[in-house]
Amino acid sequence: MSEIHTDHSHDEHAHGEHAGLDKKKIWQVFGILLAITVIEFIIALVLIPGGHMPQHIGNFVYIALTLLKAFYIVAYFMHLKYEKVGLQVSLTVVFVFIFYFIVLMLIEGGYLHLHMPLV
Amino acid sequence: MSSLSQLDQVKTTPWSGGRSPWSVEYGKIMMWFFLVSDAFTFSSLLIYYGAQRFSKFTWPDPDLVFQSIPGITDSGAPLVFVGIMTFILIMSSVTMVLAVEAGHRRSKKEVVWWMIATIIGGLMFLGCQAAEWTHLFHEGFGWGKIPTMETLHHLFTGEVSTVSALQFSNLFFTITGFHGFHVFSGVIINIIILCMTINGTFEKRGHYLMVEKVGLYWHFVDLVWVFVFTFFYLV
Repeated sequence: MSEIHTDHSHDEHAHGEHAGLDKKKIWQVFGILLAITVIEFIIALVLIPGGHMPQHIGNFVYIALTLLKAFYIVAYFMHLKYEKVGLQVSLTVVFVFIFYFIVLMLIEGGYLHLHMPLV
Repeated sequence: MSSLSQLDQVKTTPWSGGRSPWSVEYGKIMMWFFLVSDAFTFSSLLIYYGAQRFSKFTWPDPDLVFQSIPGITDSGAPLVFVGIMTFILIMSSVTMVLAVEAGHRRSKKEVVWWMIATIIGGLMFLGCQAAEWTHLFHEGFGWGKIPTMETLHHLFTGEVSTVSALQFSNLFFTITGFHGFHVFSGVIINIIILCMTINGTFEKRGHYLMVEKVGLYWHFVDLVWVFVFTFFYLV
């Protein structure tokens, strides 16, 4: 029993459990974030104005890339990837409400789009 | 083993009590929960913005609105300035993780330097935002204010809509303002933590958990900017 207790003593939070995010990994994640941003700029300044990509497809790509960036920030910088599954789940599942709200408001916006006077 | 003696056995699973099942310190869990609630606030603002934009036939074109680099050129450089701002914020996020990493090694000197770098990054971002706002104010934008029709013609690709321009103006200043307010509070908190680090408070405590908690907040601010950047400047 005592073994388990020392395992979870306060000291562990101070310097244990943090394996996995060394300096090399930090710069790697930075490189990924920078690369994604550069891709977004190429789409915004070259592909869409040049007519190589329609705006609505560009928007989907932007949102996908944004979510990818969000994943890297939350998983690595905010360290969530290395936390217990219970914490990961309780912090992410609540965003189901946000998805619901997005769907709701886009339907509302679409309705207004069709039914509002032209101004 | 009888069933009665099984009852007497002390359970050792993570959720049977006596220890933190997530093995995360209390303050850190509370920071996470605060950030989730803050994420809801930002989501609501951005979703309202999305719904407004979705309902309109035309909207100011970001490539045309954000063309200036304050102090260098007034037009002809679409999205360059916001690119610089994004880079500054990502960079300051990296220096923050490096401060946290140095904290794990309990290297006070490194924590101090990375925190200073993070604070400088935050201040640079705020400076850029102030410059951008000033430029937009000069163009005639503001809360409840839009530029003259003549100017608006240059900011729309299609037909001009004053209602869309007004919605854009109000939402832009409210959302980037709320984000800027978060950056500002983050800088203040970072300065407090820097003073505590220099003071040796965390050294005496034996851990740099406070740096981690502030780090969570700072990365969240960066995270929100990623979304603001996409929905105001790209889409």
